[in-house]
Amino acid sequence: MRTAKALAALAGLALAAAACGGGGGTPQSGQTGGATTSSAPAGPKPLDGVSIEVAAKWTGEEQRNFEQVLKAFQAKTGAKVTYASTGEDTGAYLGPRVQGGNPPDIAILPQPGLVQQYADQDALKPLSPEVLAEIDKNYTPYWKELGSAGGKVYGVLVKAAHKSLIWYNSTSFEDAGVQPPTDWAGLVTAAQTVADSGVAPFSLCGASGWTLTDLFENVYLSTAGPDNYDKLSKHEIKWTDATVTAALQKIAEITGKKEYVLGGTSGALQTDFPTCVTQVYGQKKAAMVIEADFVAASAAESGAKVGETAKFFPFPKAGETEPVVLGGDIAVALKESKGAMELLAYLASAEGGSVWARLPGYLSPNRNVSPANYPSELTKTLAQTIIDAGESVRYDMSDLAPSAFGGTDGKGEWKLLQDFLRDPSDIKGIQQKLEDEAAKAWK
Amino acid sequence: MTERSDGPRDSRSGTTAAREAPAEPAQHPSATSGGGGSAAAKPTWGGRSGNLGPSPRVAIFFLLPTLILLGAMVVYPIIYSIYRSLFDRAGNTFVGLGNYTDIFTDQSMLTTIRNNLIWVVVAPILVTTLGLIFAVLTERIRWATAFKLIVFMPMAVSLLASGVIFRLVYEQDPDKGVANAVITTVRDAFSSSAGYPGARPRPNDEAHAVQNGAVVTRQPVGAGGPALVPLVGLRPNAVPADAAPAKAPAAGGGLSGTVWLDFTPGGGGKTGQIDAGEKGMPGITVEALQNGAVRDTTTTASDGTFAFAGLPAGQYTLRLPQENFAAAFNGVSWLGPALITPAIIGAFIWVWAGFAMVLIAAGLAAIPRDALEAARIDGATEWQVFRQITVPLLSPVLVVVFVTMIINTLKVFDLVFVIAPGSVQPQANVIALEMWRVSFGGGDNQGLGSALAIFLLVLVLPFMIINIRRFRREGR
Repeated sequence: MRTAKALAALAGLALAAAACGGGGGTPQSGQTGGATTSSAPAGPKPLDGVSIEVAAKWTGEEQRNFEQVLKAFQAKTGAKVTYASTGEDTGAYLGPRVQGGNPPDIAILPQPGLVQQYADQDALKPLSPEVLAEIDKNYTPYWKELGSAGGKVYGVLVKAAHKSLIWYNSTSFEDAGVQPPTDWAGLVTAAQTVADSGVAPFSLCGASGWTLTDLFENVYLSTAGPDNYDKLSKHEIKWTDATVTAALQKIAEITGKKEYVLGGTSGALQTDFPTCVTQVYGQKKAAMVIEADFVAASAAESGAKVGETAKFFPFPKAGETEPVVLGGDIAVALKESKGAMELLAYLASAEGGSVWARLPGYLSPNRNVSPANYPSELTKTLAQTIIDAGESVRYDMSDLAPSAFGGTDGKGEWKLLQDFLRDPSDIKGIQQKLEDEAAKAWK
Repeated sequence: MTERSDGPRDSRSGTTAAREAPAEPAQHPSATSGGGGSAAAKPTWGGRSGNLGPSPRVAIFFLLPTLILLGAMVVYPIIYSIYRSLFDRAGNTFVGLGNYTDIFTDQSMLTTIRNNLIWVVVAPILVTTLGLIFAVLTERIRWATAFKLIVFMPMAVSLLASGVIFRLVYEQDPDKGVANAVITTVRDAFSSSAGYPGARPRPNDEAHAVQNGAVVTRQPVGAGGPALVPLVGLRPNAVPADAAPAKAPAAGGGLSGTVWLDFTPGGGGKTGQIDAGEKGMPGITVEALQNGAVRDTTTTASDGTFAFAGLPAGQYTLRLPQENFAAAFNGVSWLGPALITPAIIGAFIWVWAGFAMVLIAAGLAAIPRDALEAARIDGATEWQVFRQITVPLLSPVLVVVFVTMIINTLKVFDLVFVIAPGSVQPQANVIALEMWRVSFGGGDNQGLGSALAIFLLVLVLPFMIINIRRFRREGR
């Protein structure tokens, strides 16, 4: 078994190397495609005249980057791929289209919970053997499990987000004379020093509830450990548990102080996601923003150079465990069409991943996408940590919850963590409300 | 209806002609050669039953398209929503009125209903009143058309776009949000806040504490040594340009000390000591207190030093009053939980006031001038004319505007969805938005969503009925 795995990995590496070598600057080289995907034929373009619609929630920079990947696929196969943006609320966009019998060919779902939900509605098509072969070749079983429902594999994780990071403005850190901290106490001390230097240490994106759930998950994974994390993810322990209290108390150490949060809590609660990054790198009002790797794209838009002014450090240990929380987007097929499976196989392949990896703000969970593809040193490091971490990482907890609890604006965990940010004094009360909402959602 | 349709039939001599037709068969062909067809058609119009109007079959034929459209797009959805609202999330378990009890027991739903109530009570009255004021005033100005055009213009913008605009208007940061920019500019014109907002002693400073915004020494200090007051929390560039490097006050003399920014840029400075590169904070008021009463007041120099010249020796508590640290007024937090609903209502008024004005102005133009003039000749003041003549004569139009606005506010959705940030959406929520959120926007519970839709329908229905009844009365 082990040797087989190692062989597969080796073969994968060789293929990845081939993909890199051939892919140079022009991603549409036909030979590499033939080498990587067994199903991709050489010669005339196999999908001429086929049109495929892909729906995902990406906008702006992320959308433009993804469209470049689609362009590479178009150039390779001749299929015409159109992109539709679902907006923040993918479920709200897809729900009516699925019910109306007019879904897009491929949807890229931001939460594994949606895979389960649409599988229950019989809206998903099981992946073809070609796609499965790509997944087995390029992914650890953990990721395969994540895209499965009821024993069938429906989805493939095409884009990972490393959520255990804290980004900082290196100028602010230099002005205050602090070094990136390695543990929670160090983080609090650094925050105090930065605050003393006249800069707000944290820019919180309180209006975007998911950023608060990410913060909670990192602290919880660190203080309560992976086993409790899994249990809480499945609602096997209650939100009133003492481990949750401990995690919330840790969070209150940084959110509970007026001078630690830019604009105070009321200001933070009106700040949505990309704005809080701008406040760190554009307006330079705050020093740190606690969010995932995709901050890089927004930081670059604010005029900061990733790796120079815009740097990050791993989320500091708040307890026993070094937290590594990942998010990610799962591509599923909603229609039985040849083009759809072909595109999924491309996205799951090392070739497609490598094209994407050369663009900023992308991290591949594909172990055969060589870190050498990434445009910056920082992303290379990140990719390596994901590959190294293997089975020990945890997936974003709120994305594993039913969307009524973990994925809806103004409801469930998003709302209650916002309430907690507004008033961090009543931890027990918040826990009780979290438990009530969770009980309703898991019913 | 009936009276009006009687008129033309008489002129065409409908019934009488039809009855007389068989009695005088010979006359018709000779008198009107072309009229034979119409004469022959008339008996079918009259009908055997003696009814006025077309036969039921023809009537149904003409009604059919409308019936099908209304049935498919209005009646069926309503009936299906009622049916669906009696089932659970998945749609296969009958829960009776469970969804409806959920609406009235859930705390956040009650907030939603309360918000809708505020909307219905406040928004239509304000819109109608503003529309009336605009309409009456524009009647008297020269550039009335231009003014009306401008006020009416927001109607040309979609509600969603208006929402985006007002999201920016209400932005907290005065550099972005125009509402706060206006407020802070006006305020700054009257009170200038030159000082050191945000400056504070270190949290672990054992010698100084913050009381009611003022920095005070925990222990009384005497003339023995210089009183050092280290403050932090300011950027180096927040200190005025003329500030000199901080230094200890000249020895001797009475009570003296230094207020300075105790943070070495780049770190490394010693806490509580004046290090190289640390600047004094000029212009800070320092008070010397004894037994709670202010004995003397002085101001720091450019290097941060201060000294109380004519103060008798003794122990004093030093106080740096709050005015030194008054935070710059940062505007109103429009998008916070407290003001969000009024803020959105403001946006609603911006959109709809023009519409109300145009309707009311049209009504105003139709008012008989002689009634107004008669009142004026009789010696009524302008206010009396407005109250006693104009408003009563306008009341039909006012009611139309008012009822339309009530219906609009009941179903308000887009403005709330766009303007309220995610964190205050629960506080700004309205029924239509909650209905969408519950059924499609993540809640995924179309049973509860249908129940909310029916609840909304029940709320709108009375106003619909009022409107229809009024139309019929006017038609008569």
